[in-house]
Amino acid sequence: MKKLYDRLADDIRFQEGMNACINCGTCTAICPAAEFYDYDPRRVVDLVQSKNEEEIEKLLRDDTIWFCGECMSCVTRCPRKNAPGLIIMAMRSLSQDLGYFTDSEKGRQQLALKRSIGKMILETGYCLYRRWVTPEAHPEGGPIWKWSFENVDDLYERLGCNLDGEGTGVLRKIPQQDLDELKRIFEVTGGMDRYEKIETYSAQKADEMGISIDDYITKSFLGV
Amino acid sequence: MKKEGKEQIWKDYQKEIPDNDFFYVRSCIRQNLFPASEVIFLKILREELGRNVFETPHHTTCGGIGYHSDIVPMETMMTIIARQFSLMTEAGFENYACSCITSFGLYSEVLETWHHFPKVLEKVRKDLKEATGREFKLPKTLSHASDVIYKVRHEIAEKAKYKLINKHTGKPLKVVEHIGCHYSKMFPNKGVGGAEYPYVLTGMVEAWGGEIIDYPERRHCCGFGFRQYLVQANRGYSLANTHKKFESMEPFEPDMIITNCPGCPFFLDRWQYVIAETEGKTYGGKNQGIPVFTYEEVAGMVLGYDPWDLGLQVHQIAVEPLLDKVGIPYNSETKYLGLDGKNLGKPELPKNICSC
Repeated sequence: MKKLYDRLADDIRFQEGMNACINCGTCTAICPAAEFYDYDPRRVVDLVQSKNEEEIEKLLRDDTIWFCGECMSCVTRCPRKNAPGLIIMAMRSLSQDLGYFTDSEKGRQQLALKRSIGKMILETGYCLYRRWVTPEAHPEGGPIWKWSFENVDDLYERLGCNLDGEGTGVLRKIPQQDLDELKRIFEVTGGMDRYEKIETYSAQKADEMGISIDDYITKSFLGV
Repeated sequence: MKKEGKEQIWKDYQKEIPDNDFFYVRSCIRQNLFPASEVIFLKILREELGRNVFETPHHTTCGGIGYHSDIVPMETMMTIIARQFSLMTEAGFENYACSCITSFGLYSEVLETWHHFPKVLEKVRKDLKEATGREFKLPKTLSHASDVIYKVRHEIAEKAKYKLINKHTGKPLKVVEHIGCHYSKMFPNKGVGGAEYPYVLTGMVEAWGGEIIDYPERRHCCGFGFRQYLVQANRGYSLANTHKKFESMEPFEPDMIITNCPGCPFFLDRWQYVIAETEGKTYGGKNQGIPVFTYEEVAGMVLGYDPWDLGLQVHQIAVEPLLDKVGIPYNSETKYLGLDGKNLGKPELPKNICSC
Protein backbone atom coordinates (compact mmCIF):
# COMPACT_ATOMS: atom_id res chain seq x y z
CA MET A 1 0.00 0.00 0.00
CA LYS A 2 1.19 3.48 -0.86
CA LYS A 3 2.49 5.45 2.13
CA LEU A 4 0.05 7.83 3.78
CA TYR A 5 2.36 10.78 3.26
CA ASP A 6 2.63 9.98 -0.43
CA ARG A 7 -1.14 9.71 -0.71
CA LEU A 8 -1.47 13.12 0.90
CA ALA A 9 1.14 14.46 -1.49
CA ASP A 10 -1.04 13.37 -4.41
CA ASP A 11 -3.64 15.91 -3.31
CA ILE A 12 -3.15 19.19 -5.09
CA ARG A 13 -4.18 21.09 -1.96
CA PHE A 14 -1.39 19.42 -0.06
CA GLN A 15 1.09 20.33 -2.80
CA GLU A 16 -0.07 23.94 -2.59
CA GLY A 17 -0.33 24.04 1.18
CA MET A 18 2.78 22.24 2.36
CA ASN A 19 5.98 24.15 1.76
CA ALA A 20 8.60 24.24 4.48
CA CYS A 21 7.03 24.90 7.88
CA ILE A 22 9.39 26.75 10.21
CA ASN A 23 7.25 26.07 13.28
CA CYS A 24 6.78 29.73 14.07
CA GLY A 25 3.21 29.14 15.30
CA THR A 26 1.70 32.14 13.53
CA CYS A 27 -1.06 29.87 12.22
CA THR A 28 -1.96 28.79 15.74
CA ALA A 29 -1.94 32.38 16.96
CA ILE A 30 -4.49 33.44 14.34
CA CYS A 31 -6.58 30.25 14.35
CA PRO A 32 -10.17 30.56 15.69
CA ALA A 33 -10.28 26.79 16.25
CA ALA A 34 -7.12 26.89 18.38
CA GLU A 35 -8.88 29.25 20.78
CA PHE A 36 -11.89 27.03 21.14
CA TYR A 37 -10.54 23.49 20.91
CA ASP A 38 -7.35 21.83 22.07
CA TYR A 39 -6.06 22.35 18.56
CA ASP A 40 -2.68 23.45 17.27
CA PRO A 41 -2.28 23.67 13.49
CA ARG A 42 1.46 24.26 13.92
CA ARG A 43 1.77 20.83 15.50
CA VAL A 44 -0.33 19.18 12.79
CA VAL A 45 1.81 20.63 10.01
CA ASP A 46 4.99 19.72 11.87
CA LEU A 47 3.88 16.11 12.38
CA VAL A 48 2.89 15.75 8.76
CA GLN A 49 6.10 17.21 7.38
CA SER A 50 8.06 14.77 9.58
CA LYS A 51 6.65 12.04 7.26
CA ASN A 52 6.22 9.80 10.30
CA GLU A 53 3.63 7.31 9.05
CA GLU A 54 2.54 6.24 12.52
CA GLU A 55 1.90 9.83 13.60
CA ILE A 56 0.08 10.63 10.36
CA GLU A 57 -2.20 7.62 10.81
CA LYS A 58 -2.93 8.68 14.39
CA LEU A 59 -3.97 12.09 13.11
CA LEU A 60 -6.19 10.61 10.41
CA ARG A 61 -8.00 8.60 13.09
CA ASP A 62 -8.18 11.44 15.61
CA ASP A 63 -10.60 14.28 16.42
CA THR A 64 -7.79 16.80 15.83
CA ILE A 65 -8.19 17.08 12.07
CA TRP A 66 -11.91 17.82 12.43
CA PHE A 67 -11.46 20.89 14.66
CA CYS A 68 -10.49 23.30 11.86
CA GLY A 69 -13.24 25.66 10.62
CA GLU A 70 -11.60 26.08 7.19
CA CYS A 71 -11.71 29.87 7.53
CA MET A 72 -8.21 29.95 6.01
CA SER A 73 -7.02 32.76 8.29
CA CYS A 74 -3.77 30.77 8.55
CA VAL A 75 -3.16 31.13 4.81
CA THR A 76 -3.02 34.91 4.99
CA ARG A 77 -0.52 35.06 7.80
CA CYS A 78 1.91 32.17 7.25
CA PRO A 79 5.29 33.74 6.49
CA ARG A 80 6.31 30.72 4.41
CA LYS A 81 3.11 30.50 2.38
CA ASN A 82 2.00 27.23 3.89
CA ALA A 83 -1.72 26.59 4.12
CA PRO A 84 -2.52 24.47 7.18
CA GLY A 85 -6.22 24.71 6.27
CA LEU A 86 -5.58 23.08 2.90
CA ILE A 87 -3.41 20.39 4.51
CA ILE A 88 -6.31 19.63 6.87
CA MET A 89 -8.68 19.35 3.90
CA ALA A 90 -6.35 16.86 2.21
CA MET A 91 -6.16 14.87 5.46
CA ARG A 92 -9.93 14.83 5.87
CA SER A 93 -10.31 13.51 2.32
CA LEU A 94 -7.78 10.75 2.95
CA SER A 95 -9.34 9.88 6.32
CA GLN A 96 -12.68 9.38 4.57
CA ASP A 97 -11.14 7.40 1.69
CA LEU A 98 -9.60 4.99 4.18
CA GLY A 99 -12.52 4.88 6.62
CA TYR A 100 -10.37 6.18 9.49
CA PHE A 101 -12.79 9.04 10.16
CA THR A 102 -15.20 6.79 12.04
CA ASP A 103 -12.59 6.24 14.77
CA SER A 104 -13.12 9.75 16.14
CA GLU A 105 -16.22 11.37 17.60
CA LYS A 106 -15.86 14.44 15.38
CA GLY A 107 -15.09 12.35 12.31
CA ARG A 108 -18.29 10.37 12.81
CA GLN A 109 -20.22 13.62 12.27
CA GLN A 110 -19.55 13.26 8.53
CA LEU A 111 -22.57 11.00 8.13
CA ALA A 112 -24.91 13.66 9.52
CA LEU A 113 -23.37 16.20 7.14
CA LYS A 114 -23.69 13.84 4.19
CA ARG A 115 -27.32 13.11 4.99
CA SER A 116 -28.21 16.79 5.44
CA ILE A 117 -26.05 19.03 3.23
CA GLY A 118 -25.23 16.17 0.86
CA LYS A 119 -28.89 15.32 0.42
CA MET A 120 -29.91 18.93 -0.18
CA ILE A 121 -27.25 19.39 -2.85
CA LEU A 122 -28.34 16.43 -4.95
CA GLU A 123 -32.10 16.62 -4.37
CA THR A 124 -32.65 20.38 -4.58
CA GLY A 125 -29.54 21.80 -6.23
CA TYR A 126 -28.96 24.04 -3.19
CA CYS A 127 -26.56 23.57 -0.28
CA LEU A 128 -29.39 24.72 1.93
CA TYR A 129 -33.11 24.33 1.37
CA ARG A 130 -35.32 26.55 3.48
CA ARG A 131 -38.14 24.09 4.03
CA TRP A 132 -35.76 21.52 5.52
CA VAL A 133 -33.99 23.85 7.95
CA THR A 134 -36.33 23.47 10.89
CA PRO A 135 -36.54 25.68 13.99
CA GLU A 136 -36.12 22.53 16.09
CA ALA A 137 -32.67 21.84 14.63
CA HIS A 138 -31.81 25.55 14.80
CA PRO A 139 -33.07 26.99 18.08
CA GLU A 140 -30.49 29.78 17.78
CA GLY A 141 -32.56 31.07 14.85
CA GLY A 142 -34.92 32.45 17.47
CA PRO A 143 -38.58 33.39 17.20
CA ILE A 144 -38.06 35.12 13.85
CA TRP A 145 -36.69 31.93 12.30
CA LYS A 146 -39.69 30.00 13.63
CA TRP A 147 -42.15 32.62 12.36
CA SER A 148 -40.51 32.81 8.92
CA PHE A 149 -40.38 29.00 8.73
CA GLU A 150 -44.10 28.76 9.48
CA ASN A 151 -44.96 31.49 6.97
CA VAL A 152 -42.32 30.74 4.38
CA ASP A 153 -44.58 30.74 1.30
CA ASP A 154 -46.34 34.00 2.11
CA LEU A 155 -43.28 35.76 3.48
CA TYR A 156 -40.96 34.88 0.62
CA GLU A 157 -43.62 35.83 -1.92
CA ARG A 158 -44.00 39.21 -0.19
CA LEU A 159 -40.22 39.68 -0.44
CA GLY A 160 -40.22 39.09 -4.19
CA CYS A 161 -38.84 35.54 -4.19
CA ASN A 162 -39.81 32.67 -6.46
CA LEU A 163 -39.78 29.83 -3.92
CA ASP A 164 -40.03 26.51 -5.78
CA GLY A 165 -41.28 28.34 -8.87
CA GLU A 166 -40.37 27.95 -12.52
CA GLY A 167 -37.83 30.25 -14.19
CA THR A 168 -35.35 32.55 -12.49
CA GLY A 169 -35.48 34.23 -9.10
CA VAL A 170 -34.68 33.65 -5.46
CA LEU A 171 -35.03 29.99 -4.42
CA ARG A 172 -36.51 28.96 -7.76
CA LYS A 173 -37.00 25.26 -8.34
CA ILE A 174 -33.92 23.99 -10.09
CA PRO A 175 -35.03 22.06 -13.20
CA GLN A 176 -34.70 18.27 -13.16
CA GLN A 177 -32.39 18.29 -16.20
CA ASP A 178 -29.91 20.40 -14.20
CA LEU A 179 -30.17 18.13 -11.16
CA ASP A 180 -29.51 15.20 -13.47
CA GLU A 181 -26.35 16.90 -14.76
CA LEU A 182 -25.27 17.61 -11.20
CA LYS A 183 -25.74 13.97 -10.23
CA ARG A 184 -23.82 12.84 -13.29
CA ILE A 185 -20.94 15.13 -12.30
CA PHE A 186 -20.94 13.48 -8.87
CA GLU A 187 -20.80 10.06 -10.51
CA VAL A 188 -17.96 10.91 -12.88
CA THR A 189 -15.75 12.85 -10.46
CA GLY A 190 -15.87 10.78 -7.27
CA GLY A 191 -18.59 12.68 -5.42
CA MET A 192 -20.89 9.71 -5.32
CA ASP A 193 -18.02 7.46 -4.30
CA ARG A 194 -17.33 9.79 -1.33
CA TYR A 195 -21.01 9.68 -0.31
CA GLU A 196 -21.02 5.88 -0.50
CA LYS A 197 -17.82 5.56 1.52
CA ILE A 198 -19.23 7.78 4.26
CA GLU A 199 -22.36 5.60 4.38
CA THR A 200 -20.52 2.27 4.27
CA TYR A 201 -17.83 3.02 6.84
CA SER A 202 -20.40 4.66 9.15
CA ALA A 203 -22.69 1.62 8.97
CA GLN A 204 -19.74 -0.63 9.83
CA LYS A 205 -18.86 1.56 12.80
CA ALA A 206 -22.44 1.67 14.05
CA ASP A 207 -22.45 -2.15 13.97
CA GLU A 208 -19.18 -2.22 15.84
CA MET A 209 -20.62 0.18 18.45
CA GLY A 210 -23.76 -1.94 18.71
CA ILE A 211 -26.14 0.91 17.88
CA SER A 212 -28.55 1.61 15.04
CA ILE A 213 -27.52 4.00 12.29
CA ASP A 214 -30.17 6.48 13.47
CA ASP A 215 -28.70 6.46 16.98
CA TYR A 216 -25.23 6.83 15.45
CA ILE A 217 -26.35 10.00 13.67
CA THR A 218 -28.16 11.38 16.70
CA LYS A 219 -25.15 10.77 18.94
CA SER A 220 -22.71 12.42 16.57
CA PHE A 221 -24.99 15.32 15.55
CA LEU A 222 -26.06 16.22 19.05
CA GLY A 223 -22.88 15.13 20.81
CA VAL A 224 -24.77 13.06 23.35
CA MET B 1 -2.59 51.37 11.47
CA LYS B 2 -2.66 54.99 10.34
CA LYS B 3 -5.10 55.91 7.57
CA GLU B 4 -2.22 56.76 5.17
CA GLY B 5 -0.79 53.27 5.60
CA LYS B 6 -4.13 51.67 4.84
CA GLU B 7 -4.58 53.81 1.77
CA GLN B 8 -1.23 52.58 0.47
CA ILE B 9 -2.32 48.96 1.05
CA TRP B 10 -5.63 49.65 -0.66
CA LYS B 11 -3.73 51.01 -3.69
CA ASP B 12 -1.67 47.83 -3.82
CA TYR B 13 -4.76 45.63 -3.87
CA GLN B 14 -7.04 46.89 -6.60
CA LYS B 15 -8.81 44.59 -8.99
CA GLU B 16 -10.57 44.94 -12.29
CA ILE B 17 -14.32 45.23 -11.74
CA PRO B 18 -16.29 45.56 -14.96
CA ASP B 19 -18.89 48.28 -15.28
CA ASN B 20 -21.59 46.29 -17.02
CA ASP B 21 -22.78 42.98 -18.53
CA PHE B 22 -22.65 40.52 -15.66
CA PHE B 23 -23.49 36.82 -15.55
CA TYR B 24 -24.99 36.66 -12.05
CA VAL B 25 -24.96 33.54 -9.92
CA ARG B 26 -27.02 33.35 -6.75
CA SER B 27 -26.00 32.23 -3.27
CA CYS B 28 -27.69 29.28 -1.53
CA ILE B 29 -27.16 30.85 1.88
CA ARG B 30 -28.17 34.41 0.97
CA GLN B 31 -31.36 33.24 -0.76
CA ASN B 32 -32.39 31.24 2.27
CA LEU B 33 -31.35 33.53 5.10
CA PHE B 34 -31.76 37.03 3.63
CA PRO B 35 -34.12 36.34 0.74
CA ALA B 36 -34.78 39.96 -0.25
CA SER B 37 -31.12 40.93 -0.60
CA GLU B 38 -30.61 39.47 -4.07
CA VAL B 39 -33.96 40.92 -5.19
CA ILE B 40 -32.70 44.34 -4.10
CA PHE B 41 -29.30 43.83 -5.73
CA LEU B 42 -30.91 43.20 -9.11
CA LYS B 43 -33.39 46.04 -8.68
CA ILE B 44 -30.62 48.53 -7.92
CA LEU B 45 -28.37 47.38 -10.73
CA ARG B 46 -31.05 47.01 -13.38
CA GLU B 47 -33.70 49.58 -12.52
CA GLU B 48 -31.78 52.29 -10.70
CA LEU B 49 -28.50 52.15 -12.57
CA GLY B 50 -29.42 50.62 -15.93
CA ARG B 51 -26.91 47.77 -15.87
CA ASN B 52 -27.26 44.52 -17.76
CA VAL B 53 -27.28 41.59 -15.32
CA PHE B 54 -28.14 38.18 -16.72
CA GLU B 55 -29.25 35.18 -14.71
CA THR B 56 -30.13 31.67 -15.74
CA PRO B 57 -32.52 29.28 -14.02
CA HIS B 58 -30.09 26.46 -14.80
CA HIS B 59 -27.22 27.12 -12.41
CA THR B 60 -26.98 25.11 -9.21
CA THR B 61 -25.09 25.38 -5.96
CA CYS B 62 -21.34 25.50 -6.48
CA GLY B 63 -21.20 22.78 -3.81
CA GLY B 64 -19.15 25.05 -1.55
CA ILE B 65 -20.78 24.26 1.78
CA GLY B 66 -20.44 20.55 0.96
CA TYR B 67 -16.83 21.01 -0.13
CA HIS B 68 -15.89 22.85 3.06
CA SER B 69 -17.78 20.26 5.09
CA ASP B 70 -15.50 17.78 3.32
CA ILE B 71 -18.31 15.62 1.96
CA VAL B 72 -17.77 16.86 -1.61
CA PRO B 73 -14.38 16.12 -3.21
CA MET B 74 -12.37 18.86 -4.86
CA GLU B 75 -12.71 17.25 -8.31
CA THR B 76 -16.50 17.30 -8.00
CA MET B 77 -16.58 20.92 -6.82
CA MET B 78 -14.29 21.99 -9.69
CA THR B 79 -16.49 20.28 -12.26
CA ILE B 80 -19.66 21.88 -10.86
CA ILE B 81 -17.92 25.23 -11.21
CA ALA B 82 -16.91 24.32 -14.76
CA ARG B 83 -20.59 23.69 -15.47
CA GLN B 84 -21.48 27.16 -14.19
CA PHE B 85 -18.83 28.60 -16.52
CA SER B 86 -20.36 26.58 -19.33
CA LEU B 87 -23.72 28.28 -18.68
CA MET B 88 -21.95 31.65 -18.78
CA THR B 89 -20.24 30.75 -22.06
CA GLU B 90 -23.55 29.56 -23.51
CA ALA B 91 -25.20 32.87 -22.58
CA GLY B 92 -22.40 34.87 -24.23
CA PHE B 93 -21.05 36.56 -21.11
CA GLU B 94 -17.52 36.84 -19.73
CA ASN B 95 -17.97 38.86 -16.54
CA TYR B 96 -18.86 36.39 -13.81
CA ALA B 97 -20.43 37.82 -10.63
CA CYS B 98 -21.42 35.67 -7.69
CA SER B 99 -23.47 36.48 -4.62
CA CYS B 100 -21.73 34.13 -2.19
CA ILE B 101 -18.37 34.58 -0.47
CA THR B 102 -17.79 30.84 -0.10
CA SER B 103 -18.40 30.53 -3.84
CA PHE B 104 -16.17 33.52 -4.56
CA GLY B 105 -13.37 31.90 -2.57
CA LEU B 106 -13.83 28.67 -4.49
CA TYR B 107 -13.95 30.35 -7.88
CA SER B 108 -10.73 32.15 -6.97
CA GLU B 109 -9.13 28.92 -5.76
CA VAL B 110 -10.22 26.97 -8.82
CA LEU B 111 -9.07 29.59 -11.32
CA GLU B 112 -5.69 29.81 -9.57
CA THR B 113 -5.39 26.03 -9.50
CA TRP B 114 -6.20 25.73 -13.18
CA HIS B 115 -3.73 28.52 -13.96
CA HIS B 116 -0.89 26.79 -12.12
CA PHE B 117 -1.88 23.21 -12.98
CA PRO B 118 -3.10 23.16 -16.60
CA LYS B 119 -3.41 19.36 -16.47
CA VAL B 120 -6.06 19.70 -13.78
CA LEU B 121 -8.00 22.04 -16.06
CA GLU B 122 -7.64 19.54 -18.87
CA LYS B 123 -9.03 16.77 -16.64
CA VAL B 124 -11.96 18.94 -15.54
CA ARG B 125 -12.81 19.73 -19.17
CA LYS B 126 -12.79 16.00 -19.91
CA ASP B 127 -14.92 15.15 -16.86
CA LEU B 128 -17.47 17.85 -17.60
CA LYS B 129 -17.74 16.71 -21.21
CA GLU B 130 -18.21 13.13 -20.13
CA ALA B 131 -20.79 13.99 -17.49
CA THR B 132 -22.83 16.60 -19.33
CA GLY B 133 -21.51 17.01 -22.89
CA ARG B 134 -20.67 20.60 -22.00
CA GLU B 135 -17.67 22.79 -22.81
CA PHE B 136 -16.68 26.12 -21.31
CA LYS B 137 -14.51 29.22 -21.51
CA LEU B 138 -12.94 30.81 -18.47
CA PRO B 139 -14.43 34.09 -17.32
CA LYS B 140 -12.57 37.26 -18.23
CA THR B 141 -13.37 38.78 -14.83
CA LEU B 142 -14.55 37.41 -11.50
CA SER B 143 -16.41 39.71 -9.12
CA HIS B 144 -18.21 39.19 -5.90
CA ALA B 145 -21.56 40.99 -5.99
CA SER B 146 -20.22 43.40 -3.36
CA ASP B 147 -17.40 44.34 -5.75
CA VAL B 148 -20.09 45.43 -8.19
CA ILE B 149 -21.89 47.54 -5.57
CA TYR B 150 -18.50 48.97 -4.57
CA LYS B 151 -17.92 49.91 -8.20
CA VAL B 152 -21.22 51.83 -8.37
CA ARG B 153 -21.16 53.16 -4.81
CA HIS B 154 -20.84 56.80 -5.86
CA GLU B 155 -23.76 56.46 -8.29
CA ILE B 156 -25.81 55.08 -5.41
CA ALA B 157 -24.64 58.00 -3.25
CA GLU B 158 -25.83 60.45 -5.90
CA LYS B 159 -29.31 58.91 -5.88
CA ALA B 160 -29.42 58.38 -2.12
CA LYS B 161 -32.29 59.79 -0.07
CA TYR B 162 -30.54 59.12 3.21
CA LYS B 163 -26.99 59.15 4.48
CA LEU B 164 -25.40 56.99 7.15
CA ILE B 165 -25.50 59.96 9.49
CA ASN B 166 -27.14 60.25 12.88
CA LYS B 167 -29.82 62.85 12.29
CA HIS B 168 -29.87 63.78 15.97
CA THR B 169 -26.15 64.55 16.26
CA GLY B 170 -25.22 65.21 12.63
CA LYS B 171 -22.30 62.82 13.04
CA PRO B 172 -21.45 59.84 10.79
CA LEU B 173 -22.78 56.52 12.01
CA LYS B 174 -20.12 54.31 13.54
CA VAL B 175 -20.09 51.19 11.40
CA VAL B 176 -18.44 47.82 11.91
CA GLU B 177 -17.67 46.08 8.63
CA HIS B 178 -17.31 42.31 8.44
CA ILE B 179 -15.81 40.97 5.26
CA GLY B 180 -16.14 37.18 5.48
CA CYS B 181 -12.99 35.09 5.55
CA HIS B 182 -13.13 33.63 2.06
CA TYR B 183 -13.38 37.00 0.33
CA SER B 184 -9.65 37.63 0.40
CA LYS B 185 -7.83 35.70 3.15
CA MET B 186 -6.76 33.01 0.69
CA PHE B 187 -6.10 35.26 -2.29
CA PRO B 188 -5.62 38.86 -1.12
CA ASN B 189 -5.21 40.16 -4.66
CA LYS B 190 -8.72 38.95 -5.57
CA GLY B 191 -10.41 41.31 -3.11
CA VAL B 192 -10.63 45.11 -3.13
CA GLY B 193 -8.05 46.29 -0.61
CA GLY B 194 -6.50 42.89 0.12
CA ALA B 195 -6.88 40.69 3.17
CA GLU B 196 -5.68 42.76 6.10
CA TYR B 197 -7.52 46.00 5.33
CA PRO B 198 -10.15 45.13 2.74
CA TYR B 199 -11.83 48.20 1.34
CA VAL B 200 -14.89 46.82 -0.39
CA LEU B 201 -17.38 47.57 2.41
CA THR B 202 -15.40 50.48 3.83
CA GLY B 203 -15.63 52.16 0.42
CA MET B 204 -19.41 51.80 0.43
CA VAL B 205 -19.80 53.09 3.99
CA GLU B 206 -17.57 56.10 3.37
CA ALA B 207 -19.38 56.94 0.12
CA TRP B 208 -22.72 56.80 1.91
CA GLY B 209 -21.70 59.03 4.81
CA GLY B 210 -20.70 56.60 7.57
CA GLU B 211 -17.47 56.05 9.46
CA ILE B 212 -15.72 52.71 9.88
CA ILE B 213 -14.68 51.44 13.29
CA ASP B 214 -11.28 49.79 13.48
CA TYR B 215 -11.47 47.38 16.41
CA PRO B 216 -9.05 44.64 17.50
CA GLU B 217 -10.97 41.60 16.25
CA ARG B 218 -12.10 43.22 13.01
CA ARG B 219 -10.65 40.44 10.87
CA HIS B 220 -11.69 37.55 13.12
CA CYS B 221 -14.00 34.90 11.67
CA CYS B 222 -17.73 35.21 12.46
CA GLY B 223 -17.53 31.60 13.59
CA PHE B 224 -19.39 29.76 10.84
CA GLY B 225 -16.60 27.22 10.44
CA PHE B 226 -18.84 25.04 8.22
CA ARG B 227 -19.05 21.75 10.19
CA GLN B 228 -18.55 23.78 13.37
CA TYR B 229 -21.96 25.36 12.91
CA LEU B 230 -23.75 22.81 10.75
CA VAL B 231 -23.38 20.06 13.34
CA GLN B 232 -25.35 20.97 16.43
CA ALA B 233 -22.79 19.47 18.80
CA ASN B 234 -20.13 21.90 17.52
CA ARG B 235 -22.10 25.13 17.60
CA GLY B 236 -20.34 26.42 20.71
CA TYR B 237 -17.40 27.11 18.38
CA SER B 238 -19.55 29.42 16.30
CA LEU B 239 -21.02 31.20 19.30
CA ALA B 240 -17.61 31.65 20.95
CA ASN B 241 -16.18 33.33 17.86
CA THR B 242 -19.06 35.76 17.49
CA HIS B 243 -18.91 36.48 21.24
CA LYS B 244 -15.23 37.36 20.92
CA LYS B 245 -15.96 39.83 18.15
CA PHE B 246 -18.78 41.53 20.05
CA GLU B 247 -16.72 41.86 23.22
CA SER B 248 -14.01 43.47 21.11
CA MET B 249 -16.26 45.91 19.26
CA GLU B 250 -18.47 46.86 22.24
CA PRO B 251 -16.24 49.65 23.66
CA PHE B 252 -16.42 51.46 20.30
CA GLU B 253 -20.24 51.66 20.55
CA PRO B 254 -21.05 50.78 16.94
CA ASP B 255 -24.38 51.88 15.51
CA MET B 256 -24.57 49.04 13.02
CA ILE B 257 -22.72 46.22 11.28
CA ILE B 258 -22.46 45.77 7.50
CA THR B 259 -21.52 42.38 6.13
CA ASN B 260 -20.18 40.93 2.89
CA CYS B 261 -20.77 37.20 3.23
CA PRO B 262 -24.29 35.70 3.22
CA GLY B 263 -23.79 33.60 6.37
CA CYS B 264 -21.96 36.06 8.62
CA PRO B 265 -24.96 38.42 9.14
CA PHE B 266 -27.02 35.46 10.34
CA PHE B 267 -24.45 34.47 12.96
CA LEU B 268 -23.73 38.03 14.05
CA ASP B 269 -27.49 38.63 14.37
CA ARG B 270 -28.61 35.36 15.91
CA TRP B 271 -25.76 34.78 18.35
CA GLN B 272 -26.49 38.24 19.83
CA TYR B 273 -29.98 36.91 20.52
CA VAL B 274 -28.57 33.74 22.10
CA ILE B 275 -26.07 35.67 24.26
CA ALA B 276 -28.88 37.97 25.42
CA GLU B 277 -31.27 35.13 26.22
CA THR B 278 -28.70 32.95 27.96
CA GLU B 279 -26.47 35.52 29.67
CA GLY B 280 -28.62 38.65 29.69
CA LYS B 281 -25.87 40.54 27.92
CA THR B 282 -26.66 42.97 25.09
CA TYR B 283 -24.22 45.03 23.03
CA GLY B 284 -26.31 47.98 21.86
CA GLY B 285 -27.37 49.34 25.23
CA LYS B 286 -30.08 48.09 27.58
CA ASN B 287 -32.14 45.40 25.86
CA GLN B 288 -30.77 46.48 22.49
CA GLY B 289 -28.51 44.67 20.06
CA ILE B 290 -26.33 46.04 17.31
CA PRO B 291 -28.32 45.75 14.06
CA VAL B 292 -26.60 43.68 11.37
CA PHE B 293 -27.16 44.24 7.64
CA THR B 294 -26.18 42.84 4.30
CA TYR B 295 -24.57 45.39 1.97
CA GLU B 296 -27.59 45.12 -0.36
CA GLU B 297 -29.87 46.09 2.52
CA VAL B 298 -27.70 49.10 3.36
CA ALA B 299 -27.69 50.20 -0.28
CA GLY B 300 -31.47 49.85 -0.33
CA MET B 301 -31.81 51.82 2.90
CA VAL B 302 -29.83 54.81 1.65
CA LEU B 303 -31.81 54.71 -1.59
CA GLY B 304 -34.98 55.04 0.47
CA TYR B 305 -36.61 51.65 -0.10
CA ASP B 306 -39.26 50.53 2.37
CA PRO B 307 -37.39 48.61 5.12
CA TRP B 308 -39.88 45.75 4.93
CA ASP B 309 -39.32 45.45 1.15
CA LEU B 310 -35.64 44.99 2.03
CA GLY B 311 -36.51 42.02 4.26
CA LEU B 312 -35.38 43.68 7.48
CA GLN B 313 -38.22 41.93 9.30
CA VAL B 314 -36.32 38.63 9.09
CA HIS B 315 -33.59 39.99 11.38
CA GLN B 316 -33.79 38.92 15.00
CA ILE B 317 -32.09 42.08 16.28
CA ALA B 318 -34.37 45.09 15.94
CA VAL B 319 -33.43 47.44 13.10
CA GLU B 320 -35.81 50.20 14.15
CA PRO B 321 -33.34 52.04 16.43
CA LEU B 322 -30.98 52.40 13.48
CA LEU B 323 -33.79 53.51 11.14
CA ASP B 324 -34.75 56.13 13.74
CA LYS B 325 -31.18 57.39 13.98
CA VAL B 326 -30.97 57.90 10.22
CA GLY B 327 -34.55 59.14 9.91
CA ILE B 328 -35.78 56.41 7.60
CA PRO B 329 -39.57 56.12 7.90
CA TYR B 330 -41.25 52.76 8.54
CA ASN B 331 -44.65 51.46 9.48
CA SER B 332 -44.56 49.13 12.47
CA GLU B 333 -48.04 47.89 11.63
CA THR B 334 -46.96 46.42 8.28
CA LYS B 335 -43.72 44.81 9.43
CA TYR B 336 -44.97 41.27 9.65
CA LEU B 337 -47.63 41.34 6.95
CA GLY B 338 -47.62 39.24 3.79
CA LEU B 339 -48.51 40.29 0.28
CA ASP B 340 -51.59 42.55 0.03
CA GLY B 341 -51.61 42.95 3.79
CA LYS B 342 -52.19 39.28 4.57
CA ASN B 343 -51.96 38.63 8.31
CA LEU B 344 -49.07 36.26 9.02
CA GLY B 345 -49.27 36.55 12.78
CA LYS B 346 -46.31 37.84 14.75
CA PRO B 347 -43.17 36.19 16.07
CA GLU B 348 -42.82 35.72 19.80
CA LEU B 349 -40.81 38.37 21.63
CA PRO B 350 -37.48 37.41 23.19
CA LYS B 351 -37.09 38.02 26.93
CA ASN B 352 -33.91 40.06 27.05
CA ILE B 353 -33.44 41.79 23.72
CA CYS B 354 -35.66 43.90 21.47
CA SER B 355 -36.68 42.46 18.14
CA CYS B 356 -39.03 45.27 17.11
